[in-house]
Amino acid sequence: MAWSDICITGLGESPVGKVPEKSSTDLYAGVILDAVDDAGITPDDVDVLITGGSRVDPYLYHAEMMAEYLGITPPTCLTVNTGGSTSVSLLRQAAALLLAGMAEHVVIAKADNLATGMSRDSVVESMATIGHPELESPQGPTIPSLYALIEQRYLHRASLRPEEIAPVAVVDRYHASLNPAAQYRDPITTEDVLASRLISDPLRLLECAPVSDGGCAVVLSRRERASGKRPLVNVLAVGQAHDFEHVTQASSLEYTGARISGPAAFRDAGVSPSEIDVAMIYDAFAFIQCMQLEDLGFCAPGEGAAFVGDGNTRLGGALPVNTHGGVLSHSHAGRPSALFLVVEAARQLRNECGGRQVHGAATALVHGEGGILASHATAVLRAAS
Amino acid sequence: MSETVPFWEAVDGGTLAVQRCADCGHQQLYARDACARCHRRHLDWAPAAGKGVVYSYTVVRRAPSKQFADEVPYVLGLVELEEGPRILVRIEGCEPDDVRVGLPVEVAGPGDAAGRRLPPFKPTFAPSQT
Repeated sequence: MAWSDICITGLGESPVGKVPEKSSTDLYAGVILDAVDDAGITPDDVDVLITGGSRVDPYLYHAEMMAEYLGITPPTCLTVNTGGSTSVSLLRQAAALLLAGMAEHVVIAKADNLATGMSRDSVVESMATIGHPELESPQGPTIPSLYALIEQRYLHRASLRPEEIAPVAVVDRYHASLNPAAQYRDPITTEDVLASRLISDPLRLLECAPVSDGGCAVVLSRRERASGKRPLVNVLAVGQAHDFEHVTQASSLEYTGARISGPAAFRDAGVSPSEIDVAMIYDAFAFIQCMQLEDLGFCAPGEGAAFVGDGNTRLGGALPVNTHGGVLSHSHAGRPSALFLVVEAARQLRNECGGRQVHGAATALVHGEGGILASHATAVLRAAS
Repeated sequence: MSETVPFWEAVDGGTLAVQRCADCGHQQLYARDACARCHRRHLDWAPAAGKGVVYSYTVVRRAPSKQFADEVPYVLGLVELEEGPRILVRIEGCEPDDVRVGLPVEVAGPGDAAGRRLPPFKPTFAPSQT
């Protein structure tokens, strides 16, 4: 067994946006069954079920709960949450189980219904608990304000003006306009972004992720156990990095752990950034994409915003990024967002993206970050030959 | 939970304290039972000067909860203390537009231990002098 024997074999996606008729557990069940069916296996074939829990329905043993709901008994059930890096880092843990011969089919699933399952105030309040409970949260930060601290420092370091970040949101929305499944599909301009209200300076509303319902699931299998129903996608390598949990504890907010996870993934995959045909980068806030493009080595330090502004990340550009619409415009149901990046990368490599297909896409990168740019995971995927 | 009474007594008195490792001298906040640098477990409290520079900042315009709704907008500064640790505090005593990365700041008055509010900070020099 080698990494080339580890394949993504099945994908499942729910509708996103507002899905009031479904609970988070209903969404989870649907995407797990869809992904298993897409893989050409049955629910009883699943050896390992990994979920990310739910903010709306915080079951104590969430993966076990989902197994019970579905009437299956996978011997390994895990509930894992490292925020927006989880879904990418889990590709590595799943691969390890498959490589060790401890599993044949692993399902990774994420779903939640933040838009209709709880009030907007409750979502903001719930997410703000990410601050340190004794020293940070009592001072009144929100998630956007904690990210805004990083953006401000980044703008200072890179000598950028806030308006130079806006094209990230415009490109994400353009891609979403090509994706019938995306939540926000009406094209926007840089002027629209700059006219939207300030949430926490310098972050404006259209540079912040929406609040959504939705979920998705991925099946990973050993190649010899794949049904052959769909084209196979190899997971070539996954790099990880973890520096801090609270913004006050970061050694630096000028660069991110993507500087470690990215090169590790490229090295282990035997691939260079110039060989990446399409990239999916977690961008719950617009500036994140600029920092990560730099830290992953797609452009020089300080040039991430210009890289986007010059059109490189648009479909047809040198490196199309977030062809599903990104976290900003496809959806943000919280924990599912990074797994949607994996699903979109796999769909590109399976040539299933229709009007937003990157022609000839053979190698893809997925980067997730969790916490306040604290946990990082980078995966390199390739269409199996 | 690590002992934090000395820290909050300092806050109520309009000063700050940092936890100091007796073995390697590393100074840290928040309080822990182990040094985050040498990982040994002999820690004490030391008074802090209450001075630092703005590492970054933001103006919060959407409150995290009803508790803060009457306070927006407010400036949150990530302040790097002279002793090394960074803390998240309110910046007061100047216009939000006067705050910038690298601005020298100092404690502007007492905090509130009961509400876990850290002391507000203000620019060390009047804006026109910086």
